[in-house]
Amino acid sequence: MNAILSAEAAPGPSPLRDPHAGSGEIALELCALSKTFTLGGGFFRQGRTLHAVNDVSLRVPRGQVMGLVGESGCGKSTLAKMLLGLTTPSDGDVLIDGRPLRGADQKKLARHVQPIFQDPYSSLNPRKRIEQIIALPLAIHAMGNSGERRRRVAEMLDLVGLPKRAAQQYPGQLSGGQRQRVAIARALIMRPDIVICDEPTSALDVSVQAQILNLLLDLKREFGLTYLFISHDLAVVEHLVDRLAVMYLGRIVEEGPRAQIFGAPRHPYTQALLASALTPEPGLGVPDIGLGDEMPDPANPPTGCAFHPRCPMAVDRCRSSRPVLEGVRGDAGRVACHLA
Amino acid sequence: MTISTSTTHEASAAEGARPATLGEIPLPAPAWSRLTRKVFGHRGLTIGLCLVLVAVAVALLAPVLAPHDPYYQDIANRMVPPVWHESGSWSHVLGTDKLGRDYLSRLLYGTRISLVIGLVAALISGVIGTTLGVLAGYFGGRVDAVISYIVTTRLAMPVVLVALALASLTGGSLFTVIVLLGLLLWDRFAVVSRSVTQQLRDSEYIHAARTLGCSLPYILLREVLPNITGALIVVITLEMAHAILLEATLSFLGMGVQPPLPSWGLMVAEGKAYMFFQPWVIAIPGIALFLLVLAINLLGDGLRDLNAPGGRS
Repeated sequence: MNAILSAEAAPGPSPLRDPHAGSGEIALELCALSKTFTLGGGFFRQGRTLHAVNDVSLRVPRGQVMGLVGESGCGKSTLAKMLLGLTTPSDGDVLIDGRPLRGADQKKLARHVQPIFQDPYSSLNPRKRIEQIIALPLAIHAMGNSGERRRRVAEMLDLVGLPKRAAQQYPGQLSGGQRQRVAIARALIMRPDIVICDEPTSALDVSVQAQILNLLLDLKREFGLTYLFISHDLAVVEHLVDRLAVMYLGRIVEEGPRAQIFGAPRHPYTQALLASALTPEPGLGVPDIGLGDEMPDPANPPTGCAFHPRCPMAVDRCRSSRPVLEGVRGDAGRVACHLA
Repeated sequence: MTISTSTTHEASAAEGARPATLGEIPLPAPAWSRLTRKVFGHRGLTIGLCLVLVAVAVALLAPVLAPHDPYYQDIANRMVPPVWHESGSWSHVLGTDKLGRDYLSRLLYGTRISLVIGLVAALISGVIGTTLGVLAGYFGGRVDAVISYIVTTRLAMPVVLVALALASLTGGSLFTVIVLLGLLLWDRFAVVSRSVTQQLRDSEYIHAARTLGCSLPYILLREVLPNITGALIVVITLEMAHAILLEATLSFLGMGVQPPLPSWGLMVAEGKAYMFFQPWVIAIPGIALFLLVLAINLLGDGLRDLNAPGGRS
């Protein structure tokens, strides 16, 4: 890891890169990233420590879509916040285009990484016109004069499929799908390399979800973007990602190419998640995911493999020693399970 | 309203190639007609707004409207009853006080004092309270603990007593009353803006602004403040009414506005010796005070209803 950290920063990306150039490069690299929170500490008692994100290492190749799935509360959103510079990691670092995130200027970071948030009803300031919202990145970074900004906003509106006159409206006048298009336009107006999509479709109607996902794919192709796509919905992720990482209680338990994760999942948690995905067949109802209990308290995780209390195949070893995330012979992925 | 969003695979296609793919967003009605319709559709707001406008007009036009000089003492015509009384006359519509000053003229000029005190005191306390509240709500943690402590300390002090004590130390005057009330009435601004800011702090548009590298003043002034004005407008009107009543109280107790200024509270104080035989001497300024405070409160409630962001759609 030290070698990576000391590696000389790659030259700055050009705003409009050929999407296929340098696809072997790593756009985003998480190096043993951790975030801990202290709960309920006081003057006299020691607070409990919660490992929201625990020793996560992940590489996202340029121009690819890395999916990140897990139950709610597993640390996905904390991870996203660290990548966006909204919270500082407790340990480890993130390399963005080869440059460390730690100590980086937020404005410089903003040119490389932009978010698309979950809830389009709260991600747009209700007191601003759409034009102001989309142009905000340009205004903050003092790019262009007002005429140029207006032109760029019109371009972006066109690109995300909104009519020109939406520019003069307020978020309250748009539907959820239209608002999410506005959020996408705002994220992309500065032509970032990496977009962190934190459940961008989970607040939308199913019919609108597909449109937004298609739009995201189109824009990725056009601008050569790299996505980290966070979701709890495997059905959404399946059509979008190149690689997939599965998170459980703050750790990555399995990571690999899409075909392998969906075709031959190795970790019992991944298998259970896949089995739980809803199928559109009538009469089947909600499938029993066979995990029984709820997720354990993240502030008081089980010993050994964190998944063992819910694991149908757990053996004694799982209770005592924690499996390491490592590659399996003849495989392109990594898995953290003694039995894999 | 037909919103027919459909697939936008042709996102990069030329403008003319895809009119069918775009959602039809109805154009809003002209802003002015929407606003007037809303204002006059709200009865309380209409009444409050009209009364406040009347009060403002009276205050501005007092020299034109007043039939007499409010300070001129006509000793020969003391305690003249108002016009509806059997011995009243049209030369003094609301009668005269114990020094023979025309009551209507004093009442009209008194509007100026009440409005100025209400407005300036509410503005001073608004600036103090909102600053403290927004900072406490946005940062939380230790900043919040310190500011909450200050607010609690302030809430523990009875306003009238503290104002009386300070006014007797400094000597009452219009200026002192304004400053004192401005420095004392900020607690509700702080409490309200703190709780509203706490709710906003974690909303995603604040996160979006932070990810963009917006400066802290930008986030507080441009992203947070516009979204808490709805709540603050209600507090401003409440505190204006509060300040007007407190000024009347202080003046009544002799620690506020000093004679011969025509403050309504002072008029009640000067008339209280006569209230059993000439009840109109305190009834007239009392009713004026009541109407003004009622109007401001009605206006505040109406503005709150109007200002809800959902009302834009």
